Amino acid sequence: MPDPILSIRNLKIEATVYPPDAPPHDVVIVDGVSLDLQKGKVLGLIGESGAGKSTIGLSAMSYGRGGVRLTGGEVMLNGREIRLANAKALRSLRGREVTYVAQSAAAAFNPALTLMDQVVEATLRHGLATRSEAEARAVKLFRKLGLPDPDNIGKRYPHQVSGGQLQRVMTAMALCPEPSLVVFDEPTTALDVTTQIDVLAAIKEAIHDTGVAALYITHDLAVVAQVSDDIMVLRNGKTVETGVVRQIIDDPHEDYTRALVSVRSIDHEEKAKAEPVLRVDGVTARYSGTSFDVLSDINVDLAPGQTLAVVGESGSGKSTLARVITGLLPPRAGSIHFNGRDLTPDLKSRTKTDLRELQMIYQMADVAMNPRQTVGTIIGRPLEFYFGLRGEAKRKRVQELLDQIEMGKGYIDRYPAELSGGQKQRVCIARALAAKPRLIICDEVTSALDPLVADGILRLLLELQAQENVAYLFITHDLATVKAIADSIAVMFKGKVVRYGSKSEVLAPPFDDYTDLLLSSVPEMRLGWLEEAIAGRRMASAGN
Amino acid sequence: MVHPIIRLVVQRIALGLLLLLAVSILIFGGTQLLPGDVAQAILGQSATQQALANLREQMGLNDPALVRYWNWLWGILHGDLGTALTNGHDIATDLGKRFANTLFLAFWAAAISVPLAIILGLVAARYAGRWPDKLISGITLATISLPEFVVGYIAMYLLAVKFRLLPSVSMIFDGMTLGAKLHAIMLPVLVLVLVVLAHMMRMTRAAILNVMQSAYVETAELKGISPGRVIWRHALPNAIAPVVNVVMLNLAYLVVGVVVVEVVFVYPGMGQYLVDHVAKRDLPVVQACGMVFAAVYIGLNILADVISILANPRLRHPK
Repeated sequence: MPDPILSIRNLKIEATVYPPDAPPHDVVIVDGVSLDLQKGKVLGLIGESGAGKSTIGLSAMSYGRGGVRLTGGEVMLNGREIRLANAKALRSLRGREVTYVAQSAAAAFNPALTLMDQVVEATLRHGLATRSEAEARAVKLFRKLGLPDPDNIGKRYPHQVSGGQLQRVMTAMALCPEPSLVVFDEPTTALDVTTQIDVLAAIKEAIHDTGVAALYITHDLAVVAQVSDDIMVLRNGKTVETGVVRQIIDDPHEDYTRALVSVRSIDHEEKAKAEPVLRVDGVTARYSGTSFDVLSDINVDLAPGQTLAVVGESGSGKSTLARVITGLLPPRAGSIHFNGRDLTPDLKSRTKTDLRELQMIYQMADVAMNPRQTVGTIIGRPLEFYFGLRGEAKRKRVQELLDQIEMGKGYIDRYPAELSGGQKQRVCIARALAAKPRLIICDEVTSALDPLVADGILRLLLELQAQENVAYLFITHDLATVKAIADSIAVMFKGKVVRYGSKSEVLAPPFDDYTDLLLSSVPEMRLGWLEEAIAGRRMASAGN
Repeated sequence: MVHPIIRLVVQRIALGLLLLLAVSILIFGGTQLLPGDVAQAILGQSATQQALANLREQMGLNDPALVRYWNWLWGILHGDLGTALTNGHDIATDLGKRFANTLFLAFWAAAISVPLAIILGLVAARYAGRWPDKLISGITLATISLPEFVVGYIAMYLLAVKFRLLPSVSMIFDGMTLGAKLHAIMLPVLVLVLVVLAHMMRMTRAAILNVMQSAYVETAELKGISPGRVIWRHALPNAIAPVVNVVMLNLAYLVVGVVVVEVVFVYPGMGQYLVDHVAKRDLPVVQACGMVFAAVYIGLNILADVISILANPRLRHPK
């Protein structure tokens, strides 16, 4: 076997943390990780947030974000030790031998420079080609990656192209200097599911055609299964197991890997239709100062104790629908019936009961809580406001709610910063529940969470629904979540509901074009899915 | 479709003109509130009632305030700033010469301080937290912390009195060569540079360091780009807007706020002119100076806005 392009031995990575109530100290982020990567191979690094996968990826460039330091072990790139290399040596290999594709291309491109200037920058600065050669290379890569108008797209600025296109331009930027290794750090995570599949296919083809070695970092096992040869599962900075893709998916050796593979196994029987608690009747809405409707003629309803999943891509109007129902954005036409009465269009004129019975949970639990209030104060606020509870009675009720969200004793006097992401979201659920609502609007509540944690939150929501008979309007872009919890589904596209009905109806063929596209874009955890899905699409578009 | 930039720029300019109109009302109204009137000021406390009445009639002071305001504004729009009470000179002619002198001083102070402040800011950002940063920050903060007249007298004592390198009085007049003029104003320019340097340098440093946190700077570092080029090529273009705003505030100060420095060095600029006539209660001159200062201030701030707009690629290249 030839020498590997990248060889990491017993890597140890540490960072200094500054906790509020303790002196600064070092923590170990990555411990004892070893890997080898051969030319033309793709190694997938998978794990939850905090597993150290991005940190390991960047160690291949001998780079530590913030105060992160590579403190032990050996990182060999093309046969040279780089962990201890000096700044000048590192500059000469970064952008030449190893390049990086970041998660959010929108943030990773300089807004003040054209795409072409940025794509060829590394190639030019390292003296690998003349400007015209480099630009020719870039255009060739743009074409290979399926970008529209490859000859001229380089003249544009980052804000002038879409997110999916930007991610492909970033891939072209990484491949332009013809490196021997590319680090892909969650390159499709920020994209819509229908965009992700195209970018994924383009990246896979580009890796294959150029014969570059790649580290592919993601939290989504189904995605990494499509592009990798081998997979390394990481947890808390340690290797759980490493193997070829087929073995990891079909025959995982470790319990943790098995949990990752089988995540989203919730089986939820859809409930029968009933008299609705919420009816959205012909709602049309637009934001002030714009000239197009963000929502047009939306008609959906939701029965007590049931879940309506509103699904669609970013910009489809799902969150706007939530804003209209809560009264934050009065509609231009249509009305909202809730609990047997008409809701006034604007928030100010709603009664206290209206406000109490309609609660909301947000995607970012972090920013939905006051960081200077304790969990007890946060959950106690609606108890005080709606029910006038004070003192011991309030504290007792807060503890009951904490028990309901399975957080038990010891959390009531903690601050949000001391909680994990999943715990924060649980506190937000308890706060919503404290008002004894009839309806909770859940806006992408699991999107920011790791799969296993999200799974726990979904289970909790279903349990609470059974106990309290509360209805959920569940906004999400994730079809797996929809399948797990919905009783009925509304598929939104460009401000319209394109498909609506019970879960079994919506998810059964024949599909309309958009729902078909959406469903066929959800990565499946099996080999060859990507090729099948792409081939299926080509056939569909050839038929049109 | 009009390009959005043109629309924004036109909006800013219209807003500036409106603001200037509001300022003219304030200046006129403010001087009306002062006790006594121009006739009293000219003739003094011992004037007879008849003399006052005659002069008031002659100067149109008996007209309603609105009419007088209109006449005053109409005059300004035609370049007529009125006549000084104390010496009967045409204000526009006198003020024009003084304003040119002030601009001369401000120009040289700006020509030195703005590039110097930005370069020092970039160097401080490049070596943030290390000794060049601390040295630059320390010196500039020290000079801004001292009142300008203290800096002025210290500089005068050292450079003019002790070592006799520069003249302590900055008189300039028509017929001097450029070289002689520059030699004359060196001390006040030095003092002004020291006074405005810190503000602009700190803002440049802060704006650059703020941009250095962004993901695209990390992208540039991971391309192996050298730190100097990262700052120059990737950070600076995105830090222009805040820096320009502070630069313009300081330029406005160089024109409007140099009264103290002009008095210290007996420089024949607008500040001196204003101070002299305030002391003599020469209201038309005070009003005229007020309008010129306001116009400069508003004009420079509009310029800052326009440059910030032009520096934004999202506005320059709409989708």
